[in-house]
Amino acid sequence: MSTRDLFTLRNSHFRIGVGLTAAILIVTAIGGFIVLPFAQPWVQFANVWDAICSAAGVPQRVASVTAPEQSKRLSEVVLTSNTLARPSQEAIGRGATLAQRCAICHGPTGISRADSPNLAGQYAAVIYKQLHDFRSGARTNAVMSPFAVNLTDQEIADLSNYYAYLPRLPAYHPTPQLPKPNIVIYGAPLRGIAPCGACHGSLDNKTGSPWLEGQSEAYMKAQLQAFATGERRNDISQQMRNIARAMTPQEIEAAAAYYASQPPDVVKAVD
Amino acid sequence: MLANRKLILAHFWLAFAVFGVALTLGAWQMFIRSPIGTWLSDPELYYRSLTAHGTVMGYVFPTLVAMGFGYAIAESALEQRLVGVRWAWTGFGLIVAGSIMAVIPIALGRASVLYTFYPPLIGNVFYYLGVVLVVVGSWIWVALMSLNLRIWRKAHPGAPVPLAMFANVAGSYLWAWTAVGAALELLLQIIPVAAGLKNTIDAGLARIFFSWTLHAIVYFWLMPTYIAYYTIVPRAIGGRVYSDSMARISFILFLVVAMPIGMHHTFADPMVGAGFKFIHSTFTALVALPTLLTVFTICASVEIAARLRGGRGMFGWIRALPWDNPMMLALAFSFVMLGFGGAGGLINMSYQLDASIHNTQWITGHFHLIFGGAIVIMYFAIAYDLWPHLTGRELIDVRLIRTQLWLWFIGMIVTTFPWHWVGILGMPRRMAYFDFGDPAIAPQALSVTFSAIGGFILLTSGLMFIVILARGMRAPQVDAGPYRFAIAVHQPKTVPVALNTHALWVALMIALTLTNYGYPILNLALSSGTSVPAVYVGAQ
Repeated sequence: MSTRDLFTLRNSHFRIGVGLTAAILIVTAIGGFIVLPFAQPWVQFANVWDAICSAAGVPQRVASVTAPEQSKRLSEVVLTSNTLARPSQEAIGRGATLAQRCAICHGPTGISRADSPNLAGQYAAVIYKQLHDFRSGARTNAVMSPFAVNLTDQEIADLSNYYAYLPRLPAYHPTPQLPKPNIVIYGAPLRGIAPCGACHGSLDNKTGSPWLEGQSEAYMKAQLQAFATGERRNDISQQMRNIARAMTPQEIEAAAAYYASQPPDVVKAVD
Repeated sequence: MLANRKLILAHFWLAFAVFGVALTLGAWQMFIRSPIGTWLSDPELYYRSLTAHGTVMGYVFPTLVAMGFGYAIAESALEQRLVGVRWAWTGFGLIVAGSIMAVIPIALGRASVLYTFYPPLIGNVFYYLGVVLVVVGSWIWVALMSLNLRIWRKAHPGAPVPLAMFANVAGSYLWAWTAVGAALELLLQIIPVAAGLKNTIDAGLARIFFSWTLHAIVYFWLMPTYIAYYTIVPRAIGGRVYSDSMARISFILFLVVAMPIGMHHTFADPMVGAGFKFIHSTFTALVALPTLLTVFTICASVEIAARLRGGRGMFGWIRALPWDNPMMLALAFSFVMLGFGGAGGLINMSYQLDASIHNTQWITGHFHLIFGGAIVIMYFAIAYDLWPHLTGRELIDVRLIRTQLWLWFIGMIVTTFPWHWVGILGMPRRMAYFDFGDPAIAPQALSVTFSAIGGFILLTSGLMFIVILARGMRAPQVDAGPYRFAIAVHQPKTVPVALNTHALWVALMIALTLTNYGYPILNLALSSGTSVPAVYVGAQ
């Protein structure tokens, strides 16, 4: 027998095989697309076609629903790993000129003498995101916001590339290196806290997360507290707020003190 | 004696060598996240190991076993020279090259995305290209199986295709089609992003493509096991296959209903409509049918052996079975694990019940029990049965073989039963460590410790298996004779064309794929705004 004898209604295997398969498909389709949608008393359908579309997962636009009002601005920065990749020498040069106005707080070499963040050798995507957020108002600071508000997109990109280009120098007031606290090494699995280094550079770097070694202890503590209280809210999907809220005050202090005591050359070279 | 022994041995040895490595990684993973291990200071190492374990155990190991066994079947069941030996070596070479290409980025920590890929996580492009090479290598095998059967058919027009080859080719067609899902995901979605051509990915669509592969691949893994149930075990214990037709119907059913059911993996995903989830759930229930048919037929076949050995009574014949025969032992263990694993599977496929165990350790326990347990123990049996025919030497130490099988069975039960239990209690999967000091999960510490001990029993058994095979290469030479498969009580003289060819069932498989996957795929592919930024692993 050839396949011509196979695919014919005269062949009982063909009739039974195809018939049964089609019957099961039709019955399950009626069950899944018509019977079960109407079996949900809490959902109202205009007609059968409406129920079928709903069960099939047809995207629907509901006109009457408006996005909830946000009392504060949220970050609108889109970061990908290609953001700011391969800067030109000109861009870095322009950034250097612009950075003169930052030096009063962040230091002429990108190392702060006050408790402002050190920027020398920070990931470009980090500076790019924070400047955008300061400009849009997603992040606010009495000193920083006025500086950021007049920057153009080009200027933000140039500044980011310039600071990323600078060599990573030790902190201005280095302190003796502290041992790693548990919260930094392991996080706290039951509270949903990942090890800091999983995003912040020593194990892996997630785009938009800064490396923290040698930053000011007071600054990091203040930021963690601001995340915990919700005062700072420009983290994507509440990543840092969820972590900071779950941290104890002692853990916040220990993590800030530990990172402040680290030399920047321990940052894993992932870039 | 088989003519292409080197080819088959190369497949088996590579399969078991990578299995040994992946098994060691698995045992380490069990240990490190149990209360007896100390927490890793770099959890990324765990995911690196997990990716390697899954990639080897999911893609490389079972594919090589199916291929090696497939070549042996083509040669011995069809009793003709294997056509395309050079192509077969090319396929093997592609798998070697692909495995090396994939494993280097994993070892460097550049591809810790787990073997299920999990977009929008994106690893190094060479990892994915390596997996593609492995799949392409296996497709050569699919083509060769089909070709060799075609040649045999020409020489034997109208004759019944030997059951082993019929099932083997059914398995190869199932693999060819089910691998298309992951291939589409890799080629259309992931590789362009990993290569830097795009930086966003439609994670929902990618997951649907993967579900296309992810359930039927289990039945591809299962095929050698079922072929062994039907065509090796009855012969090895001195019985007959109870029904040749029932066997063919089982394999045909796998071909038709193994494919359009993968969305039961995406019950918790929002991008698939509930109606399609219901259809997939129902078809998943249907896939129990060929397994139930098989259990019935094999039990009947085994009963024949027992009664031929003088067994009497309603259940008294069970005592008359050759329990010291490794094949009998492997079959019994495999059935017990298949029973428990299958029962768990019925829970996974139920939309509502799935909600309570979704993404918990229950799932990990389930697929280890089914694949690592019921399936892999029969891979051992296949290797033991074929080895004398491949090496021309006898496997003398039957007692050691029995111990190895016992240890694998005990190890798998000790590993997976507590795993299921902590899953019900809500323990999530894919975690590098747990804080058992916390009162919320402290009571689970004991179960997880048992599970880790089970992991080491499995490691011991796995290494014993490799030692037995290695010693078998140096045992005294024997003439093992031609390799034969079990014959049926009523050996078929003629078989209806539908049960002797695959075309109708392949057509139904493709048709059901279109009905059950067509709309969800098109819906996402044609919608805009469904992509998200890629998250690159190990890169800034």
